[in-house]
Amino acid sequence: MAQNVSITLQNTDEGRAIAAAILSDNPAATVASMPSLTKIDCPGRLEIRRDSVETQLGRDYDLQELQLSLISLAGNVDEDDERIVIAWKN
Amino acid sequence: MTTLLKEPKAKKLGLKERYAHLTRGLGWETTYQPMSKVFPFADYEGIKIHDWDAWEDPFRLTMDAYWKYQAEKERKLYAVIDSFAQNNGQMNITDARYINAIKIFLTGVSPLEYMAHRGYAQVGRHFVGAGPRVACQMQAIDELRHAQTQIHTISHYNKFFDGLHDSRHMHDRVWYLSVPKSFFDDAASAGPFEFLTAISFSFEYVLTNLLFVPFMSGAAFNGDMATVTFGFSAQSDESRHMTLGLEIIKFMLEQDEGNVPIVQKWIDKWFWRGYRLLTIVAMMMDYMLPKRVMSWAEAWEMYFEEAGGALFKDLARYGIREPKYADVARKEKGRLSHEAWCTFYNYTHAAAFHTWVPKEEELAWLSEKYPDTFDKLYRPRFEYWQKQQEAGKRFYNNSLPQLCTVCQVPMLFTEPDDPTKICFRRAEHKGETYHFCSDGCCDIFKDEPEKYIQSWLPVHQIFQGNCGGATIPDVLAWYHLNNGVDNLDYQGSPDQQLWDAWMKDRGKAGG
Repeated sequence: MAQNVSITLQNTDEGRAIAAAILSDNPAATVASMPSLTKIDCPGRLEIRRDSVETQLGRDYDLQELQLSLISLAGNVDEDDERIVIAWKN
Repeated sequence: MTTLLKEPKAKKLGLKERYAHLTRGLGWETTYQPMSKVFPFADYEGIKIHDWDAWEDPFRLTMDAYWKYQAEKERKLYAVIDSFAQNNGQMNITDARYINAIKIFLTGVSPLEYMAHRGYAQVGRHFVGAGPRVACQMQAIDELRHAQTQIHTISHYNKFFDGLHDSRHMHDRVWYLSVPKSFFDDAASAGPFEFLTAISFSFEYVLTNLLFVPFMSGAAFNGDMATVTFGFSAQSDESRHMTLGLEIIKFMLEQDEGNVPIVQKWIDKWFWRGYRLLTIVAMMMDYMLPKRVMSWAEAWEMYFEEAGGALFKDLARYGIREPKYADVARKEKGRLSHEAWCTFYNYTHAAAFHTWVPKEEELAWLSEKYPDTFDKLYRPRFEYWQKQQEAGKRFYNNSLPQLCTVCQVPMLFTEPDDPTKICFRRAEHKGETYHFCSDGCCDIFKDEPEKYIQSWLPVHQIFQGNCGGATIPDVLAWYHLNNGVDNLDYQGSPDQQLWDAWMKDRGKAGG
């Protein structure tokens, strides 16, 4: 079984929109809610897509803005202009 | 028919290209002086790097983006700090007992943020490659921001509550604060690669989630808007630091096979050093949050056993295994917080924060979260202490505890397979005997005895007469601790009296 990768976001307006985008693009993802934060786990690989976040937010979004909403993550990160991938390689 | 002629738009560089332009060509082969003189610490740890350019920041953060987003984080944070102060946020926390966790945070953690600032500035100077140098420079600035924002935010509580008035001084002197202080001094006095393994990887990547994520969520649950905000503002940087930590480990492992055993040894050492340091966080989570989010054991399972398990499986392809003594940490998870709290309950007359016997419903929560250990091993102590306290005989332990030479925690931990027996280990070095709390700390000593025989152990220092005098009031004065105010049980403390007065006034109509 693939090990979970994980991302934790703040429960802010933007954080909620990013979480919704992640959940729509990664059907295997599961959510845990705690006071003030949301932790999303997904087996093996998880993708954050710029266009999906823009759809959720209703405005242009630069993926580097994720720095403002991020609390924690687990997995190897790779970022370009269109997507951020968090993955385990095994 | 008219045609609208569009100006040809200059193609914008992509993120990968922008990052490549930022980092490449920043370093060069020196000619006036040999490289070995310019970078004197690059080789002596035995780590071999063949291609520094192979290191890349996965977030590919450029300087302009860095300043832009950090400025935005600061604006958000200071808006909250102002709002918190203007709205008397100190009155909206669940219970003033909670503030004692913040006292530990300010005296134990915030000074480490400052040390991290210095540490990253130092290793950023000593790495040969431009990629890691830029990342370390950003992190050095981040860490300074964390120290400043924590001090600034918590200063609001200092207007009302005790024990928050001289955190930097206390950090250098108070007995239990030698645990975080010596942890960081140990890392900062190592070479640059070991420092990054210690702080970026073992501490930031493997362990800080346990401090910043469930504890900050707990702060939110307890109405501490100030701490949550600086906590998550810092933690958004930490995600970048964690990524640096994982990248630097992979980078060392990919560069040369000979690096693998060195890195594994550091992972073993710094996992254990960091885990021992987190003892106090275990206690903060299980005992100091009036409203609790999750237990220490649950957090350990989520963030070390599950997340750490996935990480070490991923690193297995390089020949890296789970840290040594992770099995001992697993065995200790049902007792760590209780053993620590019981010890601080004993010694709170010499601490800059209050302790207490948990309330009935809190004991019930602990029983539920720790079904195998709490009722059998710890509840009877609290019930006994409670009775003593009701009879006017609140117990304080007036002896001084023996400390572990490596982690400097009092010898409070029990045998991995026997929670009723204190764990003692010892080693001889040049005719002297040294004592340890665990096999983990004993191994670390045996590997570098010349480093750890220099440990500044607070209890030894008190006995040697280096801490203001021979009595507890003398030592407290040397700590800058106000005896009878900052220390002792929460019951009867000025903090409690203030809080109870506020709560009483809540029921009154104006005036």
